[in-house]
Amino acid sequence: MSSSKSLLVGGYEVVIGFETHAQLATQSKIFSRASTAFGAEPNTQACAVDLALPGTLPVMNKAAVELAIRLGLALGSHIAEQSVFARKNYFYPDLPKGYQISQFEIPVVQGGEVSFFLGDEKKTVRLVRAHLEEDAGKSLHEDFIGQSGIDLNRAGTPLLEIVTEPDIRSSAEAVAYAKELHKIVTWIGICDGNMQEGSFRCDANVSVRKPGAPLGTRREIKNLNSFKFMQQAIDYEVRWQIEQIEDGHAIQQATVLFDPDTGETRAMRTKEDAADYRYFPDPDLPPLVIARDWVEQVKAAMPELPRGMAERLVRDYGLPEYDATTLTQSPAMAAYFEAAAQASGQAKLVSNWIMGEVSRRLNAEEGDIASAPVSAAQLATLIGRIADGTVSNNAAKQVFDALWTGEGREVDAVIEAKGLKQMNDSGALEKIIDEVMAANAEMVEQFRAGKDKAFNALVGQAMKASKGKANPQQVNDLLRQKLG
Amino acid sequence: MSLTQSDIGRIANLARLELSSAQSETMRSQLNGFFDIVEQMNAVDTTGVEPLAHPTAVIDHVSLRLRPDVVSEPDQREANQKSAPAVERGLFLVPKVIE
Amino acid sequence: MNDLHTLGVGELASAIADRKTSSVEAAQHLLARAKQHSALGAYLAVNEDATLAQARAADARIAAGERSPLLGVPLAHKDIFVTKDFVTTAGSKMLEAYQSPFDATVVQRLAAQGAVTLGKLNCDEFAMGGSNENSAFGAVRNPWDTTRVPGGSSGGSAVAVAARLAPAVTGTDTGGSIRQPASFCGVTGIKPTYGRCSRYGMVAFASSLDQAGPMARSAADCAVLLSAMAGPDLDRDSTSLDHPAEDYTTLLSRPREGATAAQPLKGLRIGLPKEFFGEGCAPDVLATVRAALAEYEKLGATLVDVSLPRTELSIPVYYIIAPAEASSNLSRFDGVKFGHRAAKYDDLIDMYKKSRSEGFGPEVQRRIMIGTYVLSHGYYDAYYLQAQKIRRLIAQDFQAAFAQCDLIAGPVAPTVAWKLGEKSDDPVANYLADIYTLSTSLAGLPGMSVPAGFGAGGLPVGLQLVGNYFQEGPLLQAAHAFQQATDWHTRAPQGY
Repeated sequence: MSSSKSLLVGGYEVVIGFETHAQLATQSKIFSRASTAFGAEPNTQACAVDLALPGTLPVMNKAAVELAIRLGLALGSHIAEQSVFARKNYFYPDLPKGYQISQFEIPVVQGGEVSFFLGDEKKTVRLVRAHLEEDAGKSLHEDFIGQSGIDLNRAGTPLLEIVTEPDIRSSAEAVAYAKELHKIVTWIGICDGNMQEGSFRCDANVSVRKPGAPLGTRREIKNLNSFKFMQQAIDYEVRWQIEQIEDGHAIQQATVLFDPDTGETRAMRTKEDAADYRYFPDPDLPPLVIARDWVEQVKAAMPELPRGMAERLVRDYGLPEYDATTLTQSPAMAAYFEAAAQASGQAKLVSNWIMGEVSRRLNAEEGDIASAPVSAAQLATLIGRIADGTVSNNAAKQVFDALWTGEGREVDAVIEAKGLKQMNDSGALEKIIDEVMAANAEMVEQFRAGKDKAFNALVGQAMKASKGKANPQQVNDLLRQKLG
Repeated sequence: MSLTQSDIGRIANLARLELSSAQSETMRSQLNGFFDIVEQMNAVDTTGVEPLAHPTAVIDHVSLRLRPDVVSEPDQREANQKSAPAVERGLFLVPKVIE
Repeated sequence: MNDLHTLGVGELASAIADRKTSSVEAAQHLLARAKQHSALGAYLAVNEDATLAQARAADARIAAGERSPLLGVPLAHKDIFVTKDFVTTAGSKMLEAYQSPFDATVVQRLAAQGAVTLGKLNCDEFAMGGSNENSAFGAVRNPWDTTRVPGGSSGGSAVAVAARLAPAVTGTDTGGSIRQPASFCGVTGIKPTYGRCSRYGMVAFASSLDQAGPMARSAADCAVLLSAMAGPDLDRDSTSLDHPAEDYTTLLSRPREGATAAQPLKGLRIGLPKEFFGEGCAPDVLATVRAALAEYEKLGATLVDVSLPRTELSIPVYYIIAPAEASSNLSRFDGVKFGHRAAKYDDLIDMYKKSRSEGFGPEVQRRIMIGTYVLSHGYYDAYYLQAQKIRRLIAQDFQAAFAQCDLIAGPVAPTVAWKLGEKSDDPVANYLADIYTLSTSLAGLPGMSVPAGFGAGGLPVGLQLVGNYFQEGPLLQAAHAFQQATDWHTRAPQGY
């Protein structure tokens, strides 16, 4: 449960629950042997079963179950030994059977939680459940006047629907949760996380209430497919709901869509009787039984999970939790960190550099750590040079730049070429400091009179005099010594 | 237990059926006649009895078979769409879906 | 040979193998006969080119030296099984011109053995009905009395066998739809254990009840077909049982332990549920059934009194569960991907409503309404869930009975075939007539109908035999023994 530090909006508490549909990274569909590959010509990956042709029947994909087990293990959930598939009945053109095979009373994954940092604060969002179900097809409206074109390629793609308790208390927390879940599902390889292709779709159930009041009526914002718009959409919805309430209108339960062009949420045309899905266990599918030893097998084959790895980084490298969480955003990032930390023996410095310089450039270029031009080994070397005083932090940034752009390929060679070696020779340094003190007698007096700022000014002068090559720490120490 | 006209209307709508008022009335009286014989089910004490969803579960453990994750359905769009009411550029056409 | 139609499966297969006739000749003969007797309404889709191509292929296999019990034998399929070469309608306007891109597994298996498809057989719409008056393409007539119903839903199938339009056929049984028309038409039919035959390619009515099965003029012929039809279909049907395929024909001639030539069924205990022999059953039917049971005693069987106390409850239980599953199974018929679409509509919802209301007949609509209602919010527990629980009790009742006997026997239906139109205004009356067959389906047990004689008006009466799970072999054996000692099953209606 998230901490009680609520972020009230206009005096109202925001209550959010998330439902995420993650497309599972299987080759074939959940109940048929057609391909799940994205981008095929319409209805070329919709076989007889997907089209619900008369006489067709579902047959379960083992990999989809295995991926569900993986998620359950990653989130500390209970994995049901026996779960049941149920039919959710409603009519829609992208739903070929007129029902969706899903799970209702007894889902495969029960409970669990997702923890993450929001700023410096650690949050935990509890899961209600995660269940297996099939995706629907797509409706295309653009090219047809008064009609829609239905493509059933996507129908039958396996989904894991991941449902949280209404534990989230702000739009920022919602985005942080979604990002963490995204990290986890991609980390453990169950979902490719491609939000543009619809692999990871979020619905946010949003309501507001005065603190201490019972839960307000919620509206569901569907299909939030980018983190950027997610926060915007929730913020708008919250403000809208508050305005309605303040104006004396009750909130009606509704499904809404976010329009990124207008920045507004808008109620969808209500699906009549949408609430009565007439769930019943699917007679075409016996109960799914998951034996303990299958779960153990999957567990044994799981990679180290982000949270566990983060805890290990804290333990083994003495990193703060925040750093550890950030560095475990992907297996590749974590591996990069460990390689550099072990090679240089400077875990915290490496962490700073990765979270700082490296991430900054990756974000700007929209690349991932695998594409970073500076290798972990190179970074380790560079950091070693900072640690042993060969270069100052600032100079190191220049070296890093050169390595990143490909101007240079080897740390020491770049340092040489750019003449960036720090002046460590205390003799030469003392001489410079003596000169600076002599040339800035006023500042010296001001410092001795109590003005601490003067000290920094003197340090600045010394650095200038050394053309930036002096080791700032040494300058500091020497100056203090001489000033008495 | 007596179904009303409004019940008939609601169920027909859920089932996407359209009944004229005469048909509705006939349906209503036929269904009520049917539910009269269903009443006897209420008297049966089923406490502690599990529903029997899969008949042979009475004598055997029935569990879901799992198949390997292999793609083996080729593109058979033409054959599959042979009986489609309206198709254009491979898409099934329907009256516009308004969201 | 111009009496080809009098030959059963075994005889016809031999005649073809011995080159006394050919598969092509047999097919042509039977196709002509079907046309000649089209007034019975048994056949729907026919495709002579496809039939003869299959027959020629079978003849080629024979010429190459291949021999097998169904090779070259023409038979026909209930129009619930989808077929690539023949339109499949399921007896409904909804699928009036439907062309399936694949064959049902059961059809494939029979074809693999060399059977030749003569055409598709009329049935009650979506297998819903007990008289074959619910077909969108005309009622089917009982050849024993063409003013009467043949039974349903596999009415066309039963008639094709009875009128000698095909030596054997496939049917489906959800609540009695093989057994009851077999009884009304004087033919032999068997519904195997649920899950024995693949449901892949069977247009679904009630998923937890539907089963495919053969109908023919003898248990021996049924055994030949069932051996080819049954068996696991693990890749395509998740409810198909992983139970190895059996050759039922070998069991037929294998003597029981303790049997003698005079008493082949010595030691067989036949349970008679008292609920099947009460007031609800017409006296002529009871008399015929009792006479048949007396024959069984002569053959060495012992008759034992048993009870199936929830027999009457099986009616509401079945008519809650089957329509519930059907209401969902039929949702795919929405005019979008296949099937009937209305010519005029205002919008999407209107298209759904008009297409479905035009495409489905009244009985189907009725069952969809019932099914939708009993699954709907607030009624699920009291109706659907309660029915599924009582279902388990019914299945347990059978297990208790089987502790005292090997087979259960009784009438198939309370009366002989009724007149066309007699019950069509009273759906509930139709439901009540299913009383003796529903519980077998609910429990998933195998059941047969064996011609046992004639009742009022000279109309056929069937004896029902019900076995425990996976006991199709012993059932067929018991039926076969009866058919060795009697000749009811050989009788044909006059003029056929």
